[in-house]
Amino acid sequence: MVEDKKSMKMDVETECALEQEDIKSGKRSGDYILEIRGISKSFPGVHALSNVSLQLKRGEVLALVGENGAGKSTMMKILAGVYTLDAGDILIDGESVIIGSVERATNLGIALVHQELNLCDNLTVAGNVFLGREPKKGLFNKFVDTERLNNDTAEVLKKVGLSVSPSAILRELPIGTQQLVEISKALSINAKIVMFDEPTSSLSEHETEQLFKVIRDLSKQGVSCIYISHRLGEVKEVADRVVVLRDGKLSGCLEKHEINRDAMIRLMVGRDIEKMYQKNHTVSDKVRVELKDFIVPKRASYPIDLTIKGGEIVVLSGLVGAGRTELLHAIFGIDKRWGGKIFIDGSEMHINTPAEAIKAGMVLVPEDRKLNGLVVNMEIDNNIALPGLKDHLSKNGFINRDKVDELADRMVKLLDIRLYMTSQLAESLSGGNQQKVVLAKWLSMDPVFLLLDEPTRGIDVGAKAEIYKLLEDLAQTGVAILVASSEMQEVLGIADKIVVMCEGRVTGELDPLTCEEEDVIKLATESAVC
Amino acid sequence: MLENNRFLKTIKGMKRLGGITLLLIAIIIITVIIQPRFFTAYNLRNILRWTGLFGILSLGISFVLITGGIDLSMGSVLGMVGAIATYLMTIGGWPVWIVVIFIIVLSAFLGLLHGLLVTKLHMQPFVVTLCGLFVYRGMARFLMDDRTQGYGNTEFGIKFLAAGRIPSAFWPAGEVPKFFQDWSIPMPFLLLIGLGIILAIVLNKTVYGQHLKATGRNESASRFSGIHTDNVIIVAYIVCSTFAGFGGLLFSLDLNTVQPSSLGNMYEMYAIAGCVVGGVSLRGGEGQILGVIIGAAIIRVLYNAINVAGVSTQLEQVVLGLVILIGVAADEVVRMISARRKVRESMALAQKALEESRAAAANR
Repeated sequence: MVEDKKSMKMDVETECALEQEDIKSGKRSGDYILEIRGISKSFPGVHALSNVSLQLKRGEVLALVGENGAGKSTMMKILAGVYTLDAGDILIDGESVIIGSVERATNLGIALVHQELNLCDNLTVAGNVFLGREPKKGLFNKFVDTERLNNDTAEVLKKVGLSVSPSAILRELPIGTQQLVEISKALSINAKIVMFDEPTSSLSEHETEQLFKVIRDLSKQGVSCIYISHRLGEVKEVADRVVVLRDGKLSGCLEKHEINRDAMIRLMVGRDIEKMYQKNHTVSDKVRVELKDFIVPKRASYPIDLTIKGGEIVVLSGLVGAGRTELLHAIFGIDKRWGGKIFIDGSEMHINTPAEAIKAGMVLVPEDRKLNGLVVNMEIDNNIALPGLKDHLSKNGFINRDKVDELADRMVKLLDIRLYMTSQLAESLSGGNQQKVVLAKWLSMDPVFLLLDEPTRGIDVGAKAEIYKLLEDLAQTGVAILVASSEMQEVLGIADKIVVMCEGRVTGELDPLTCEEEDVIKLATESAVC
Repeated sequence: MLENNRFLKTIKGMKRLGGITLLLIAIIIITVIIQPRFFTAYNLRNILRWTGLFGILSLGISFVLITGGIDLSMGSVLGMVGAIATYLMTIGGWPVWIVVIFIIVLSAFLGLLHGLLVTKLHMQPFVVTLCGLFVYRGMARFLMDDRTQGYGNTEFGIKFLAAGRIPSAFWPAGEVPKFFQDWSIPMPFLLLIGLGIILAIVLNKTVYGQHLKATGRNESASRFSGIHTDNVIIVAYIVCSTFAGFGGLLFSLDLNTVQPSSLGNMYEMYAIAGCVVGGVSLRGGEGQILGVIIGAAIIRVLYNAINVAGVSTQLEQVVLGLVILIGVAADEVVRMISARRKVRESMALAQKALEESRAAAANR
């Protein structure tokens, strides 16, 4: 096993670390703006990164790919000074540096463009770009020099080809423009290295093209870019070189001419992809769940019809903001639907609150685990007991503690949740185990209709496989399952039927056995039709 | 494993309560050293009575604080209801038990109103109850025409609730022995203990209590779990106002006169202070009833100690404020230190694992 690992590492090193001798002798060190040598980072219960090395050339666009939990974001956050590393060296321009804080990263010329917009949408464009670094003037040098602020901003905006007024209020601009403002902010510190974390997840096709043009321009000006994305098509288009991470380790490295989908996927998931998604449940002919003319709140113009058979796993695919989460929330009664009917096993269900949904046999594993899935600072057993407390685990309003303990122990065993006692706080578990607690909490209700929103986001591969296996087993018992997922491998791997959404509308249904990733993306980006 | 679970949990809970109990004992010892007169039956009786009266208010507001809300109107509700109760029993001539039912219903209704405004209109609890603070105070003054209300020398059986003592009040016949005359427990304190036991059972043993704690810690996740969080919060406000109204009755009986413009001024702050000292977090989700009772006792003992020890009365609020501040700050510091220790431990573990894996690789 160790030998195996080592040989793999050797491979990777020979592939990626070009001419080590040249670097040591100093001849070529000028080529690398950034060098990472054997860095490691652990969180309680997880080795997020272990012994990863990579180099970034001047003016190069390096794509960093890998599954969720592979360590890409951790790597970015270390470089951006959000996390400190446990071991290893980072060299910038050949000099060893310690990036301890975001401020230090900024001074070193490293900028991070976040996946979620990190902007104050009540401020102007200029106010955002120079937030915290506003030019000052006047009494005690305490007043903002608005004129200079706007001029400086206009200059930066020109670099990214953005033609909005620096004094425009941010929230009045379209989301793609806001993303470009975020990039301008990164550039305004005269960054030498710009990191993009999933920058296109909320951009339209046109805006994505615009972004690539900006990246290429930057590259020409000698700025190096690190580009993180799940969309392998984009990576192929924009990257000069690809580094693949898997489970916190370097899995491989592809030069420009070697970049293609299959090679990347092979490095991303390894050999066990078939094992991960094993489909052996049978879908019954009987429709278990039916939505008729279902209208998601605030998306009133597009009624949705959907049927799910017993034992069928239907996956909702689409871009961020396609309305998948809103649909799930409306089905579960979190937000009141604007119209339509829900049938379970042929009878109409009147669902206006989560409590009614649970009574009807539905459960929802929400997307945001910490906000909606769990009461993280409550004990694991109490979390698991929460939905069934009133109807199943109490008598005359008094909790039956023995029943709660018995249930918690049973669910912990069933889902193989790794803990040292059921009364520890849920927040002390790793992401994967926390997600299992959420599942435990809902499976304890014996659902007939299981809704899951991005069930494997931010958890490691092992836990992921276990969750897929669990969904398999549940489907086998005849439960109707509806999953919203953005991860293409997952969509194609677990679905019996793929339903693609775009801007609040169902744009098509696909059979995973006959369709390609491109078909899904095409339906997901059909914005012209919407 | 299960016994182990509960045992560890109890120990953890006791560590917190232990801290404030020590604080209470320390204050008592220091005061006794400075002024031995503190430890007389008369003085202790007084402290118990005041602890009872103010502790009931702290109990009332604790549920609201656990939801993460706040109720600033408590003192005004107390003043208004106290004045109304006095008026109805004396000038109004209503039967006592009807007055009691009336004021309980009235104050519960005010709580319902607060709860509905907070949950259904999504108003901030601070704003809703701040407005209540003004409105009820004004109403008390308007309804009573700013006249002081009083029970005078009329004998009402209900006065026993505030002024009675047990067991001396129920001595079978003849003279009460000296010991019991001195050391009988005042009724307000017994009421506090009784109500405390009820609330502790509700908080720890019932579904409502569990839903309350869950809602306070994460309202959104609780809603996703099918809990009617709105109802949970509304009930907390009803409990709070009802306790305030009941407190109004007790205070009016205890003082025998009610000034509509001043009875209950600042009492909401004493109620909150008792909870905070007792370990209730204003961020919601945290709190134990025993802690609240001890916290309320600390405030009262401190007040009394300041007076008995002869500290200038102008300074009493300064001392009170500082002691609360130091107590809560100490609690936070202890928590920070233990959190840091945890981080260091897990970092050390990670480092060790890394070195081991490296060493293994090097051996190869």
